[in-house]
Amino acid sequence: MTVYADNAATTRCGKAALNAMLPFFHKEFGNPSSLHSYGQKASAALQTARESVARSLGASPQEIYFTGSGSESDNQAIRSAALTGAKKNKRHLITSAIEHHAVLHTLNQLKREGFEVTILPVDKDGLVTPEQVADAIRMDSALVTIMTANNEVGTIEPVAEIAKVCKEKGVIFHTDAVQAAGHIPLDIKTLGADMLSLSGHKLHGPKGVGVLWCRKGVPLLSLINGGGQERMRRAGTENIPGIVGLAVALEEAVAELNEVGARLTVLRDKLIAGLSQIERSRLNGHPTKRLPGNVNFCFEGIEGESLLLLLDQKGVCASSGSACTSGSLDPSHVLLALGLPHEIAHGSLRLSFSRETTEAEIDHILSVAPPVVNYLRSISPVWESIQATRRS
Amino acid sequence: MAMGYSDAVMDHFINPRNVGKMENADGVGKVGNARCGDIMKIYLRVEDSIITDVKFNTFGCASAIATSSMATELIKGKPIDDALALTNQAVVDALDGLPSVKIHCSVLAEEAIKAAVKDYYDRHGIEYDPALFAGLGKEHEEE
Repeated sequence: MTVYADNAATTRCGKAALNAMLPFFHKEFGNPSSLHSYGQKASAALQTARESVARSLGASPQEIYFTGSGSESDNQAIRSAALTGAKKNKRHLITSAIEHHAVLHTLNQLKREGFEVTILPVDKDGLVTPEQVADAIRMDSALVTIMTANNEVGTIEPVAEIAKVCKEKGVIFHTDAVQAAGHIPLDIKTLGADMLSLSGHKLHGPKGVGVLWCRKGVPLLSLINGGGQERMRRAGTENIPGIVGLAVALEEAVAELNEVGARLTVLRDKLIAGLSQIERSRLNGHPTKRLPGNVNFCFEGIEGESLLLLLDQKGVCASSGSACTSGSLDPSHVLLALGLPHEIAHGSLRLSFSRETTEAEIDHILSVAPPVVNYLRSISPVWESIQATRRS
Repeated sequence: MAMGYSDAVMDHFINPRNVGKMENADGVGKVGNARCGDIMKIYLRVEDSIITDVKFNTFGCASAIATSSMATELIKGKPIDDALALTNQAVVDALDGLPSVKIHCSVLAEEAIKAAVKDYYDRHGIEYDPALFAGLGKEHEEE
């Protein structure tokens, strides 16, 4: 049995999305900017997809901009809000310590360009509070960007409350909803944000396509200059197959969201309960305010990459926030922001699920993970001394 | 091939040789620290200046476990002097290479063996040139 438990990294493109895309590679290959029949068919498909995405989000089609990825959407939203703010001498940007690198690295770059960035700490479960945001907002704040749900530990942030605070104080609010869209209820009207990013491949759509939703009236600057695509906000010939696939995938995900979410929550909690039986293990992220498909654990005394590769041998595909899997010397910035010491953060394991996940797969993980953890501890020179210390 | 690891690395990771602890070892070396995510502990049994047995315990990634395993294989049954001469490059070569970000694991394996030999010398009152172990020690971290 091979269990794919890395859906936060990417999901399988669904059959409906794939079938909807296929005609646009060969048969209907036109460029939507062309005036002839091929172009007009592509243009119609683009418009249909835009309307579909708008419907799925509770937005209007004029507010939907197709991009090349969730990262690009984040970059554009943040840079646009920063540069727009700078024109009014607002050069202060606010975010949280557990954002995706697409957000944090964009803000770092803006810092080098003269902006001031406030990074809000999170609590042990990964939560940011609306009060923290309210306290951080200044007269010269141009943007608050807080993710809807965290990609590593699954914590769902109180974005509607944060959006309310931002609105009251007149600051643009962007949310990275890459892990949330299609997984938890997300309605633009009740959310009250100004900008939102999402990505196709996290919700059973194709890779290489994202969406930036930007509320009417909120200025949006272009990152990529060239032709007049996306109403002058994103140059480059539109990725029609990708856009069509994303629209179908999002529609499907939203339609089955409640049913899939309820089923996954039960499986998630079964897995959490099972893994909690392992000595010196801990769940990372909020126990209940978390994505239905996310489980993230630390196991003391072992290292994540070893755990991951041995689990792979046993047919479980997962991911880890250990330094060895990130290619840097430090473990995940998210786990460190939650207050985990380096040595514990190295032993993290993320298991992320999708609509395809079955209970038999959860049972398989529960049967293979504990022996692998025990084995690695048996060859670890630190495990005995950890066991001897009092539990923190 | 996971993470760009060779078949030899995966073999020594999944089926590590000489893994375990050793009671009454003649020399024990421990290097690395948990903060960085790698700790290696090597145990030596020495008879007439020959390493007759060697064991290791490692906390770390796949390449940390594989380099520990290979390093112990390379010194088992060899004279102490051969163990001291073991370089990290020899471990890397024996494993058919390591990804560049993992080379530090082989350095740790070399240092763990040197630390174990130094411990053997210290315990048995054998004189040695301290320059042999220059740079060691700062990596030591007691439990």
